[in-house]
Amino acid sequence: MSVAAGLATAAWRRYRAGRQRRTSPVLIASAAVIVLATFVAVAGPLLAPYNPDLPDLSQYFVGPTPDHLLGFDAQGRDVLSRLLVGARTSMLGPLAVTLMCMTLGSLLAVTAAWRGGIIDAFISSGLDILFAFPGILLAVLAAAVFGAGLLAPVLALSVAYTPYVARVLRGAALRERAQPYIAALEVQGASSVAICLRHLIPNMLHLIVAQATTLFGYAMVDLAAISFLGLGVQPPSADWGVMVSENQQGIIQGFPIPALAAGVCIVFVVIAFNLLGERLYERGEARR
Amino acid sequence: MGPAESVHLRFFVRRLAMLLVSLLVASFVIFAAIYLAPGNPIAALSGGRSLPPDSLHVLEARYHLDQPFIVQYWYWLSNAFHGNLGISITLRENVSDLIASRISTTAGLVLYSSILIIVIGVGLGILSGFKRGLLDTSTLVITAISASLPAFVAAIVLILVFAVQLQWFPSLGNGVGFIDQVRHLTLPAFALAVSSLAIVARVTRAAIREEARREHVQTAVSRGIPTAELIRRHVLRNAAIPITTISGITVASLIAVAAVVEVVFGLAGLGAYLVQSAQSKDLAVVQGISLLLVTTFVVMNVLVDVLYAVLDPRVSLGSRAQ
Amino acid sequence: MNRAEPAAGAPLLELEGVTVRLPVEGSMQAVLQDVSFAIRPGEALGLVGESGSGKSMTARAIDRLLPPGAAVTGRVRFGGRDVMTLSGADLKRFRGEVAMIFQDPRAHTNPVRRIGDFMTEALRTNARVPMDEAARRAVDLLASVGIEDGDRRLRQYPHELSGGLLQRVMIATALLTRPRLLLADEPTTALDVTTQAEVLAILDNLRSELSLAMLFITHNLELAAAICDRTVVMYAGQVVEVRESNRLHDQPLHPYTAALAAARPSIDATAHRLTAIPGRPLSAFEAPAEACAFTARCPYAADVCRERRPALVELDGGLTRCARARELFGRLEVELHA
Ligand SMILES: Nc1ncnc2c1ncn2[C@@H]1O[C@H](COP(=O)(O)OP(=O)(O)OP(=O)(O)O)[C@@H](O)[C@H]1O
Ligand SMILES: [Mg+2]
Repeated sequence: MSVAAGLATAAWRRYRAGRQRRTSPVLIASAAVIVLATFVAVAGPLLAPYNPDLPDLSQYFVGPTPDHLLGFDAQGRDVLSRLLVGARTSMLGPLAVTLMCMTLGSLLAVTAAWRGGIIDAFISSGLDILFAFPGILLAVLAAAVFGAGLLAPVLALSVAYTPYVARVLRGAALRERAQPYIAALEVQGASSVAICLRHLIPNMLHLIVAQATTLFGYAMVDLAAISFLGLGVQPPSADWGVMVSENQQGIIQGFPIPALAAGVCIVFVVIAFNLLGERLYERGEARR
Repeated sequence: MGPAESVHLRFFVRRLAMLLVSLLVASFVIFAAIYLAPGNPIAALSGGRSLPPDSLHVLEARYHLDQPFIVQYWYWLSNAFHGNLGISITLRENVSDLIASRISTTAGLVLYSSILIIVIGVGLGILSGFKRGLLDTSTLVITAISASLPAFVAAIVLILVFAVQLQWFPSLGNGVGFIDQVRHLTLPAFALAVSSLAIVARVTRAAIREEARREHVQTAVSRGIPTAELIRRHVLRNAAIPITTISGITVASLIAVAAVVEVVFGLAGLGAYLVQSAQSKDLAVVQGISLLLVTTFVVMNVLVDVLYAVLDPRVSLGSRAQ
Repeated sequence: MNRAEPAAGAPLLELEGVTVRLPVEGSMQAVLQDVSFAIRPGEALGLVGESGSGKSMTARAIDRLLPPGAAVTGRVRFGGRDVMTLSGADLKRFRGEVAMIFQDPRAHTNPVRRIGDFMTEALRTNARVPMDEAARRAVDLLASVGIEDGDRRLRQYPHELSGGLLQRVMIATALLTRPRLLLADEPTTALDVTTQAEVLAILDNLRSELSLAMLFITHNLELAAAICDRTVVMYAGQVVEVRESNRLHDQPLHPYTAALAAARPSIDATAHRLTAIPGRPLSAFEAPAEACAFTARCPYAADVCRERRPALVELDGGLTRCARARELFGRLEVELHA
């Protein structure tokens, strides 16, 4: 490639570098939303001004007041308090899915790429078969069999998402494995595990992090949907998906705030994770 | 038959074999999950009443419950293959009949959404791919947001705006007669389409930009090919490959998400029924609908792969090049 | 085809003070500075320079293939007509008369269209030649570039052909519209050494057979000398020397040409890039406005070189952009080799 040499690249590198050093406002906003959501997930119960579980039917869908900034829900509970407390399960579920999926996915991907041959063929076709299950469907199936709650859908989604993660990571691991430095390390007698842990995986880290970020967003959408369907987190626990479902009647009855507020929380966090994931991915690609 | 055709044939055969294996494994997983589910199938069949031992044996023999697991699986699978999916314990009806009465709603919803996704998503993507400026920027911002919009959140927002405030469309039920049914499906279809539509628009836009930048387009320019031809024969034709793939994948994924939308809008479709049966532990129904949905999903994905192979002559025996 | 025949002896292609500016990091930067040269009908002109010196940009400026946002000043004339103002049918005809061969045939063919479609596209859409007639002509031309089973090739896709084969297809395609000028941008750089020689031989033969004019772009001074009548040497977006090819190596006029010649002593080393000139090549927009662009790397740089940009002056039948050209004449080659 002739442009690779000479000034074309010098100018281009400077151009790219300039672009990357500028931290975009989108990136800052996304990170801020994620940090805030995480903080609320941890400290929610301390921040909640009222008892989120205390119903007061006389306050049925009462609108915002200075003391109750988002008003009351269908059972007369303080919406803001429920949002703050509900952040925990809403964030914890996707976190669990992401951690499990990334661990399983990386393990399978690196094993397949490193060992190659029949092991790779076995893992790859196993993953291809797993593609047969859409995440939500597997989660509904799991909830039907093992009972509603967070656990079964989380496990089901982890399984359903693993092939997507593993396929991308396997490609990256294969590319990395083909690098000459890996061969050099092997010749020097380094053990496979050591090479994978100390070199291969660290060099794929940008991709792993980008994938995890995006995955979190997807998992959040699906888990919220499962809770919305009544198969995930069970009422009266506060959870954003559950809150949309509990207050859905309010939309038609002219009290949209409780359901919308929960929906907006989900959407904000998901957008933040998606945008952040996208940027992280672009940066990783640019660095390669 | 030329070499290209025989390569295609091998590809199709291989893909078909993979499809069958996938379906077999998926059906096995569905059956095994229900088999392992806590609870006694006899109790479910008898509706919880205690039965005298001989009627118990009769039931066991009738449903092959006295046979080993793998034999039971085989009976279930061959029955399913013949359209017999067992009996719903809550409604005491054939699962197949129950499915048949609800399938058209789900199929209509998914079809309606797919049309929206392909027409609006691809259309918007092509427009903003070719034209920079306000339309492009606003498409980019709006799709970035709506790509992250869960279907049930989209649904309540649509209900709030178009059913409650503007009162253009109904927010509940199936409707009667074709026009009325379409009216009833409009908001659900949009709710189901929103995020996929955004993704398809973004991928389309990126594909158009990328293909328009290719060196071979320069070749065509240097030969004086008119712009319209250039766009049709080189940009659109080549971008059609990723556009078809992403459209196919997102449309296939609608099958599962439809459940959520059906529940919000109170549509009597398969998904809503699946959820309801999952809640009431009507496992034969869960099994039957899961099998049907998984089969459709897998078949659609295979179709996408086949379409991809047809559109891209470079594809040989691999699956989608990522 | 009605062609505006230029007067005898008049150049077929003429560049006059062509300057091209491109938007880089928000401001317009020059990538070509005051480029002038001419090609006579049937003449082969070499264009030599390091990576980034603006060779491709020159070819693109001639063929109106500049990236969006490019600003061009100066004049390009083809057959006496101003190329920059052509439009509609005139532009289409111009593009039929000027054919381009690119460095990377793989990237420059549409991977999802068959070779036959690729070759005959221009004939069918612009000249309205029917498909079978166009295909017949394509097969004939494939035969003349050494591809015998043309019928079969037409049904194949680019990825089914090797790079060398594909470049021959490119050459045949370029000739299909019966052009008068060929712009060949490093047509053999992407090929392996043996294939390079074959493709070059084919190109050279066909060119003289059809008495086509050609702008032959290369990194390789020797190659330019072997194929071209005259050679233009570019540095940092400027023409620094124009000379008869056969004298370029032995009697260079510009220190940069001498350095190029010294860096590439033999035609056998064609596969490698120039590396031996110390320092980094400059792009046009890095070149100082008030000095010779080559000063930083020139062993002969003196104060006079840093005072202003030297003009292109005539010397010994060639042109050179060196302030000390006269003084250094005849000494360049000797000293660099010492
Ligand atoms: N699209 C572009 N935008 C801005 N600058 C560009 C663009 N394309 C090329 N350039 C710059 O124009 C200059 C000339 O590039 P050109 O491609 O003509 O070089 P070249 O002599 O053909 O080099 P090579 O031997 O590598 O092909 C380079 O400095 C390059 O950085
Ligand atoms: Mg070039």
